[in-house]
Formats: sequence, structure tokens, C-alpha cells
Amino acid sequence: MTDTSNTNGTAPAATAQIVSSRWDTLDGHTLEGYKRSGSYRGYAGLEAALAMAPSQVTDQVRAATVLGRGGAGFPAGVKWGFCPPGVWPRYIVVNGDESEPGTYKDRILMERDPHQLIEGCVIAAYAIGAAQVFLYVRGEMAHAQERIAVALNEAYANNLVGRNIMGTDFSVDIVLHWGAGAYIVGEETALIESLEGNRGMPRLKPPYFPAAKGLHLKPTIVNNIETLSNLPWLLCNGVDAYKSYGSEASPGTRLIALSGHVKNPGVFEIPQGTTTFRELFYDERYGGGIRDGHALKMFIPGGASAPWFFPEQVDLPLEGRVVGAAGSMLGSGAIVVMDDSTDAVKACLRVVRFFARESCGKCSPCREGTSWEEKILQRIYDGYGRPSDLELLLDVADNISPGPYPVAADPANGVDAIPFPPRQTTICPLGPSSVAPITSALSRFRHEFEAKIVKRDLIPLGSH
Amino acid sequence: MSRLSEDNERLALEIIARYPRPKSATIPLCHLAQEQDGYLADDAMVHIAELVGISAAEVLGTASFYEMFKRKPVGKYLVNVCTNISCQLLGGEELLAHAEKTLGISAGATTADAMFTIEDVECIAACTEAPACQINYRYFHQVTNADFDEIITEIRSGRRTDLPAHGTLGMVRQHIAPDEVANITPPEQQSEPAWYAARNAAVATGGESK
Repeated sequence: MTDTSNTNGTAPAATAQIVSSRWDTLDGHTLEGYKRSGSYRGYAGLEAALAMAPSQVTDQVRAATVLGRGGAGFPAGVKWGFCPPGVWPRYIVVNGDESEPGTYKDRILMERDPHQLIEGCVIAAYAIGAAQVFLYVRGEMAHAQERIAVALNEAYANNLVGRNIMGTDFSVDIVLHWGAGAYIVGEETALIESLEGNRGMPRLKPPYFPAAKGLHLKPTIVNNIETLSNLPWLLCNGVDAYKSYGSEASPGTRLIALSGHVKNPGVFEIPQGTTTFRELFYDERYGGGIRDGHALKMFIPGGASAPWFFPEQVDLPLEGRVVGAAGSMLGSGAIVVMDDSTDAVKACLRVVRFFARESCGKCSPCREGTSWEEKILQRIYDGYGRPSDLELLLDVADNISPGPYPVAADPANGVDAIPFPPRQTTICPLGPSSVAPITSALSRFRHEFEAKIVKRDLIPLGSH
Repeated sequence: MSRLSEDNERLALEIIARYPRPKSATIPLCHLAQEQDGYLADDAMVHIAELVGISAAEVLGTASFYEMFKRKPVGKYLVNVCTNISCQLLGGEELLAHAEKTLGISAGATTADAMFTIEDVECIAACTEAPACQINYRYFHQVTNADFDEIITEIRSGRRTDLPAHGTLGMVRQHIAPDEVANITPPEQQSEPAWYAARNAAVATGGESK
């Protein structure tokens, strides 16, 4: 057992280390430790950035194809370019509301290397000309809040944030903001609503990007913690060095939280786009294989919102486009491995229950639909399912996400993959995400559902 | 029950000054009130409304959306057991059942001595360390039943001084001294930063960028 000291999370040996290089350094979270240890010298990236024009920093980030690590995988440099010219002020909101089930990477970055994140924020603020940066940290993460507060106080005292940063004419404020417990606030427009002091409900689109109208209806860039944590290393080592990791389409590295039924669960930094799920699950440097005496049954490749994959997908690389075409998504880098001891109905119910509990209530298909999905699944699981329930379940799901829902290919049954993303009748993807576990589990393990429904018919008459 | 104390009101004003508009401080101030009283009291919400310039109903409207704000007193220690998928696979539900048995209450309830409240919570981002729980938002990883009982015994005997009472989150706050603030004003008072225009222009004309 580890307690509040947080000694978990494994900085993998002999693999790429762009963002995880200080995880095992005891004082890596202090300014002194940040400057001394790690795969680059702390705040040297900011120094390099300040020697360039803001537009040149943006060009570098664009040239490196730094993909957003929050879920959608949108290139950060391109997103920055969406700020309409001549509209001021511009804001940066850092999304540290990590709460997608299975995801555990931003918390480590905040707890163990807060200065790396702060330096990334300052670089981004410089590149787009931001007036202010808001660092939105999930409310439940008390330790991360402490570490960032200490680091920010240090950074202000050392002229790394605030007025005349590093003695130049460049100034920007970073404000630490705590959330208060709401998964939906991870959606960028809900995040902005929450930051304005409102209920965290996603905004109606268009405008599609907060870069056009965000915080206080001003241009706002919302970036993930991991995305910004990549910037100091990139500015220190350059675009070519960054692109030497990973694949052409997805350069750099990625933090993957591997949880569930593997021998060695952990958070690993892997080259993006080239590592396969098989390597990740079975390689000794990573998962080390499925638990003894068990075989892989299914896995979630990108957080609870992602449709499930099955054993025949393990040779796919962790590359956004490939995984999307195969019917799922890499999402937030959260992989949950389930072995043959797992009850598909129970796992499906648990994930659906999460979405039902976290639906913000703004759109009726999601508000009503997710709770009906949960109720139907619960009665099936409890042995009180009705024969018509499976069709009813799919019908409710179809009201949230009409048409064929993305599923993985099933060669044994001649089923082709339906690519991600799904269609939706809701403002945000939360509701449609609740459909992922249902179609995934039903497409492959319908017999498990039917067995639970049939069970009820087998109760002998007169036994009540 | 109570409005913010004088000290906390001073802190509240410092927090409000960090935002372009005061209303943004609503959630941070609700945390402050909860830290003071252990829960979010009605009078505190009225006080917050006065400070940020909105109605008390708006504060309630915002606060009631977020599950961390407790509008009724809870135990001094809030025990949050994760039962989401990664924890469920490795015994999260069994841990919750054990916690309920140890404390003699079911999830959602508070012990008679007002020491503990148990909650069955969604993912707390400790998935690779399942099963996990939080006590007053401090993490406990790979918790066995014996571990859990030991922690509870330690708390009951007053040996866990590292766990502040419910309501306190980060024990260190960000402070920005007034003379260190770079540029915090309402959005309508903002324009293109002078340094930004100058530095980009220097490159456009082929000159030195610094």
C-alpha cells in the first residue's frame, strides 16, 4: 500500500522520456530539482522561446505536429492558429480536469513535474499573446493542487511567471483554479462555463472552437496538461529531435495508463504511433503479460468512452487514425485490460452507470437515455431482464447516437469495422460515449446477456 | 451556518482579484467556505454572492452542480472508494463493501460520531493502482481490507496528522502579491499586448526579434 506520498507510476527504463524524465527524481517538483534533473534543463525551453518571435514558436509547434493529448488528438499548433486576428484578449485554459475512467497521466505530471507544466504554459502564452492563463485542476486532486501552488509561487518569485518574465518585456499571469467534482467539465466549453462560475454544462455549437469565442466570449485556447508539458522539451531539443520519436502522423511520445488485468500495470511513456497493443500488454518493460492462468478477453483502448477492442486487434499500433478506422479511439491514453474472468454484462453496466451518473442534464437524449440504459442493464444483470430488453437497449442508444455505432471488426463472424467517431443527437460526446460499451459488449458477447435474461425463465414455478 | 470569517474574507478578495470577472471566483470561494465550516453553509453562499456580485440563488445554482460541495455537514473524514471499471476489475466493490462493514454504515451515510462518511465514487485517476480510495481527497493506493482497517484505526487514534479535516484541499495556496500581478483586468479593458505586436513585427521586417 502506498498512501498520500504517491510513489506509483513507473517511468519506464530504456524508452523515450520527453515528459516523464523527472518522475523518479525526489525533488523534481521543486524549481531547483527541475533545473538540475531530467532530459532537458528546466526553463531552457522558455529561454529559447523568448529568443524567437511568438509566431516562430507557433511555427515550431506546428512543424513538430504536437497532437493534443486530451482525447481528440487535434494538433496544438493548428488550434492556436484558430485565434481570429485582431480580437483581444486571448486566454489559455489548461485542462487538468482528468477524470475519464482509466486515465491517470495528468495527475502524475502535475504532482511530479509541475514546473514542466508551468514552463509549457508560459511558452504557449508567449506564442499566442495570451493575457492570462488559467490552470484548471480537478477538485479531487489535493496533492496536485499543492504541488502546483508551491511551484507557481516559486515561479513568480523567480521571475518566471508574472511581470517581465526573465527580464524581458513579456508578461503573463498564471492562475491556479480548482474544480469541484464533475466529469463533464473535461469538455472544453463546459470547462469554460465552470471557470466563469457557472454550472459546468457544455455550450451549444457553433462556434465550434473556443479559439473563436471562449472564456468571456474571447478567443481561448484550451490545451491538455500533457500537451503543454511537451513544449519545454520541444523548444530545447527542436522539431527534428521531437519527430525522431513516434510515427510520421503522430510524432513524439504519449503517456499511456495501462490498468486492469495485466501483471505490471502502470503509466508508461511510449513512442506515439509505433508501439502496438501487444507490445504494451506483453513486453516486460510495460504490462508484462496478462495475469497468470488467464487470457485476454477484451480491452478498452482509450478510456471509458472508447468502443472496446478484442484479441484480434492487439497487433494494431497505438496510432490515432489506425485505431479510429478500426472502430475505436485512443482518447486520453487510458487502456483497461480485461481477462477471461470478466463478466461482460457487469463491465458494460459499470461503464454505462458512470455516464448516467455524470450526465449534466442539458440534452434530453443523454439525460434520459443514459439512466434508462443503466436501469435496463441493471435489471438484466440482476436476473430480471426481459427478452425484449436488448432491442430496447439498442433503441435507447440509437436515440443518443443514431445510425451504426463504431465497432471493431470481428473476423470470425465476418463483421467489418465501423470507424470512429459516432453520430450524436447531443451537444457533447458524453451521451454517445455511453453507447460504446453497449454496442461493444452486445456485438461480441450477446450470449452473456441472453444467458442472464434466460436465467429468469428457469426459476421453477412456485418457488416464490 | 456561518459567513466567511474576516481572515477568509480577505483571502476571498485576493482570490477574486485574480480573475477578469469576479463571478469566476464562485467555485474557489465555495471551497474556501467549505474549508472553514466543513460543508457549504447557506449563509456562506449569501456572503459569497455579495462578494462576487451575483445573487445567492446563482451561487446555489452553481454549487449544486458539483458533487464536492456538501450542503449538509458530513463526517470529519470523507472516505471515497472508487468502484469504476479499473478498480472494479481488481476488487473496488469488495473494498467498498468492506469499508461499509468496518464503519457500520452504507455508502452515502455518516457514522453516528460524525467521524466518517463513505461515498461510492467515480474514477479518481489512480487506475493503475487499483483498488484505490481517497480520504479527504488524499490518495491510498492498492488498498487491501487490512490496509483499510489500519488507516481507520490510525485516524480514530489521532495518528494521521497528515489528513486535514474535510473541506481542506490543497494545504498550500497560490499567492500573487499585488505588485507581481502582470495583467489582470476585465476583457473589455484588454488590447493586443505591446510586446506581442513588437516582437512579431520585428520578425516580419527581418530585424532582430529581441
